[in-house]
Amino acid sequence: MDFLIFKAPILMVQASMDGILLGILFALIAYGMALQWGVMNIINIAQGDLVILGGYIAYSMYLAGIHPAYGVIVSPIIMFFVGWGLYKLVINKVVDRDLFISILATFGIAILMQQLMNFIFGADVVVAQSEFGTTMLFDNSVTLPNSKIFSAFISVLFAIALVIYMKKSKLGRAIRATAQNARAAKILGVDTEKVYAATFGINAALCGVAGALISITFTLHPYVGLPYTVRSFMIVIVAGLGNLPAVAVSGMGLGMFEEFADYILGTEFRIGSVFMLLVFILVYRRFKLSRKREYLK
Amino acid sequence: MNKIVKLFITFISAITLTLVTVSTSSAKVEGEYIVLGAAVSLTGKYSSNGVHTQNGYNMAVERINSKGGVNVGGKSYKFEIIYYDDESNPKRAAQLAERLIKQDGVHYMLGPYSSGLTKAIAPVTEKYKIPMVEANGASRSLFTKGYKYLFAVLSPANQYLEVAIDLAVEKNGGKPVNIAMAFEQDAFSQDVRLGILDAAKRTGSKITIDDKLPKELNDMAATLAKVKATKPDVLVVSGHTKGALTAIRQISEMKVDVPMLAMTHCDAAKLSKQHGKKSEYALCASQWHKNLSYKDKYFGGGKKYDKDFKKEYGYAPPYQSAESSAALLVFKDAFERANSFDKDKVRDALKATDMQTFYGNIKFGPGGQNTAKPMILFQVRCKGDTCENKVVAPTKWASDKFYHPIPKWSERG
Repeated sequence: MDFLIFKAPILMVQASMDGILLGILFALIAYGMALQWGVMNIINIAQGDLVILGGYIAYSMYLAGIHPAYGVIVSPIIMFFVGWGLYKLVINKVVDRDLFISILATFGIAILMQQLMNFIFGADVVVAQSEFGTTMLFDNSVTLPNSKIFSAFISVLFAIALVIYMKKSKLGRAIRATAQNARAAKILGVDTEKVYAATFGINAALCGVAGALISITFTLHPYVGLPYTVRSFMIVIVAGLGNLPAVAVSGMGLGMFEEFADYILGTEFRIGSVFMLLVFILVYRRFKLSRKREYLK
Repeated sequence: MNKIVKLFITFISAITLTLVTVSTSSAKVEGEYIVLGAAVSLTGKYSSNGVHTQNGYNMAVERINSKGGVNVGGKSYKFEIIYYDDESNPKRAAQLAERLIKQDGVHYMLGPYSSGLTKAIAPVTEKYKIPMVEANGASRSLFTKGYKYLFAVLSPANQYLEVAIDLAVEKNGGKPVNIAMAFEQDAFSQDVRLGILDAAKRTGSKITIDDKLPKELNDMAATLAKVKATKPDVLVVSGHTKGALTAIRQISEMKVDVPMLAMTHCDAAKLSKQHGKKSEYALCASQWHKNLSYKDKYFGGGKKYDKDFKKEYGYAPPYQSAESSAALLVFKDAFERANSFDKDKVRDALKATDMQTFYGNIKFGPGGQNTAKPMILFQVRCKGDTCENKVVAPTKWASDKFYHPIPKWSERG
């Protein structure tokens, strides 16, 4: 099938929309990761597992007869305290240490969370039903699940709220100050310990939102967290730390690239091709950087 | 001085360990018990199916023991199983198989859950020449390695959906059909794919979409958009429970109309329960269904097994439990025919197995796979909000008519 997408160009619209909707959701998870990476210098391997735990909270609500969409309110609240607790228990001991130690620590948390979720929620793959229906465009040739549109909308909403919060609130300012220079912030009276705990909590809350959205758009299983970690890690690497618009663009860009790779190269190459793109971006960056350095010399 | 003491302690513990190992290494038959070994996944990602497997084994052990046990050399013996938890981890499974054989002295093994773990254990049992009857590893590659001590009561993976293609051709008036397929990139699903390729070749059908889904993928939107654009006669999906749930979710959300949808793992995914009416008309491959008319003297028929299992464990038996129970019936039959506990004689007796169980006929082919039992297809049908699986193929056991083509989404309520 020689490039179906060129024979039926309407598929390009479908691919772009799917990619963008998927990318926005991933960008939300990536933003949380970028935030705590920037502030605490911790790469959180358990990011994806926090997402899945958030999903299970929404799923539990669904089982109790509450619409899972309310999970986007309940799940982040619970997850904030989970994140706070994790910080107090583990992360505060590794926060000023080597990056490698924090990776190991969060890797341990990831394994523990997977096993606990397996123990509590069982090893079955589960889905929550939103019954949101479908949006059809262009005479039914482009169909978008409303659950995905809802997810993208909620993601954008939370991202905007967070940006405003970081700009306007006292805690937001303290977080930004700590990210810039933790020692200076401390001298000027910022309780960095509290800032760190709050940052980790906010990150977990964002994961909670994303998880609730994933429970109605995709599937949940105790062991599917890692792909979310890897994807958000990639988005952050491409976008850089502490730059929300870049994270959003990079999330959507990678999402679209993946969809188009699927149509042109084949489904088996979609994830591989995203990694190839990542390699190219990193090599290109290095190339640009080295040129600048030579110039400075 | 201190060093000598340490050395001495080490020496003593080594001797004790050896003695302990030696003293337990004749456990194949203890008193009136025939000891079988099994590593099953009680924790980890396969834990739910691992538990189904264990329940199936236990159910059969109890039943056989209470109905007179196993007669060997004029004496009645009972089955006993040593279980270990392999944590859904192939490496752990292989270690546990070694441990069962070398430390616990087990001479007969039952299989673990899943093709991957069976693949990890088979080289070990083969090395020690331990007969293993397995009930949950269907991957074709298990039966092409020339294993002599591996016997599987289930049909191999490549047979899972072949019947569906034949059915599609039949519904198309004997003419070839266009097939779209999406398979996860793992051993099992790719074996199912090979079966479809064979069936397509045999019927002259054309494959229009052949997507291989990465394991970590949970979005099939691109594949389904292609399906919408090419309008195939049949869509085939296999990707374990995650694949089945994702497919139904996105087919219903993207309103993809196909005349026929065939998939695997519907009952493991509790498709009709989780997705309800959205999963209606999906055609699912299954190793077993309670409505089949096979019989044996231990469990009666499928319906009786279903009832007894529900009473014992509180849920309806998935086919993973049924096939696990069947594995023990096979062992019992082989022991009695061999009339010996010599593992090579038991192996030869297993090789010559030709019997009927409630689960189906069992006869092993040259690679150890069961060649006597066809796969069955059921279709999800709903009345109001309750959905049920109805057997529709092969025609010999079909309890209901196959509904074809699937009505368009715009016409479904």
